[in-house]
Amino acid sequence: MIMRDVAIVGVGMSKFGERWSSGLKDLMAEAGIAALEDANISSHEIEMLYGSTMASGRFVGQEHTAALMADQLGFHNIPAVRLENACASGGSALRQGYIAVASGIHDIVVVGGVEKMTDVTSGEASTALGGAGDQEWELFQGITFPGLYALMAKRHMYEYGTTEEQMASVSVKNHDNASKNQYAQFRRAITIDDVMRSKMVSDPLKLLDCSPISDGAAVAVLVPLEKAKKYNDTPIKIVASAQASDTLRLAERDSLTEIKATKIAAQNAYKQAKLEAKDIDVVEVHDCFSIAEILAMEDLGFYKKGKAAKAIADGETTLNSKLSVNTSGGLKGCGHPVGATGIKQAAEIVWQLRGDAKERQVKNAEVGMTHNVGGSGATAVVHIYKRAD
Amino acid sequence: MERSSSSLWRKIRSRYDLVGNECKNCGSNYFPPRVVCRKCGRKSKMVEKKFAGDGEIYSITRIRVPPDTFKDEAPYFIGVIKLKEGPMVEGHVLENGIEPKIGTKVRLRFRKMYVEGDEGLIYYQYKFEPV
Ligand SMILES: [Zn+2]
Repeated sequence: MIMRDVAIVGVGMSKFGERWSSGLKDLMAEAGIAALEDANISSHEIEMLYGSTMASGRFVGQEHTAALMADQLGFHNIPAVRLENACASGGSALRQGYIAVASGIHDIVVVGGVEKMTDVTSGEASTALGGAGDQEWELFQGITFPGLYALMAKRHMYEYGTTEEQMASVSVKNHDNASKNQYAQFRRAITIDDVMRSKMVSDPLKLLDCSPISDGAAVAVLVPLEKAKKYNDTPIKIVASAQASDTLRLAERDSLTEIKATKIAAQNAYKQAKLEAKDIDVVEVHDCFSIAEILAMEDLGFYKKGKAAKAIADGETTLNSKLSVNTSGGLKGCGHPVGATGIKQAAEIVWQLRGDAKERQVKNAEVGMTHNVGGSGATAVVHIYKRAD
Repeated sequence: MERSSSSLWRKIRSRYDLVGNECKNCGSNYFPPRVVCRKCGRKSKMVEKKFAGDGEIYSITRIRVPPDTFKDEAPYFIGVIKLKEGPMVEGHVLENGIEPKIGTKVRLRFRKMYVEGDEGLIYYQYKFEPV
């Protein structure tokens, strides 16, 4: 039961990328202060913090990151809880913040995600991220994250005739969007040929099918809708918050060509919002790999199973086409600091619905969605948003 | 990151002999073994079951960028194998001249998995070989 409506009144993010001169605290502060300024709120008004990091212990040796974030942002002595749900940590923290405000327990809640990934070698990063799957039966055997999504891609190609060029078109679109985003890690366009010629990582996925290793943070401020106008002229209402889980181990799922947790979370979200897929104007989906965006477009109900790859290759999901998908550049173009990604997606949708997305603005965007996945699909979080002014 | 090897020895019968389990309440087969049946929850009645290791490739990839533990082994094939008894299992697929692709029949083999550092333990486990 939802006790009261919740709105986002402030968002902020750090520049994503290889941030050699910035540590965990710098990134937290960069995004956190931007969000507080956006909400025109003081540090002392914040009542609760949910902080998301996936593997800060592995990446920089720092645990206890939510209390650290509260400490760094001047939120003296408030309750702070770290949330870890692999790559869906950020979306999960947003959902917990939503629940805390909706329940009436807290009025002003900050959700903040951060990851500092580039201080370790790529092999160490691969091992840290591998912990999002089943450590004993996947990572132990040398099955990497690209490997798991490659297994899904191969089966999708086999069942539906999906091609490597169609997958490449996801990366091309997302780089194009990222080139218009000041916060994005990659601000350059790429071609299908660039993707096809990039180094093979795990057949059929090549380097440019994969989201990068990134540093970055993103923060959002949540308040009850009835108080939102005090902080922002264009509060964005969260009209649905849904989450589902599935087996950690990929092979044990009902199907390799869908992420069932996404389907369940999406169905619940549409029901809560009393909306359908066709009502969504702009969506940030979890494109950790190109195939993941194809699966997401199908599992979120935008396309029938097996139909999304061709539609994406035909340009149906580019900026201001039929449905604008990953206007931020997605995980591929904007970067994927794992703990921050879910909250960055919300920030992008808030900017889009306010009309503040500049060069990448979707025309007449009224309803937005975010979709955040953990591991190879053991967690999925879906939120739907609307303007509330 | 180095771990104590005890986490691996705990599952040694599964890793060496493909021992999983079966729920006597509903008949579901599991490999790797589960403590609790996914379908039955607290009503599950789990008993050991050894799988023959015959099956076919359901999906396949070749990993060329490995985690550090496998840097001397790459590239290597990883498949999702559908065992004839039902369970789907991820595992290494050996190279023997037969191209491993979706639908290729495989059988069980026992091979070195990886070596822990220059003087560390050598880990062994089941792998699958195309037939
Ligand atoms: Zn059972």
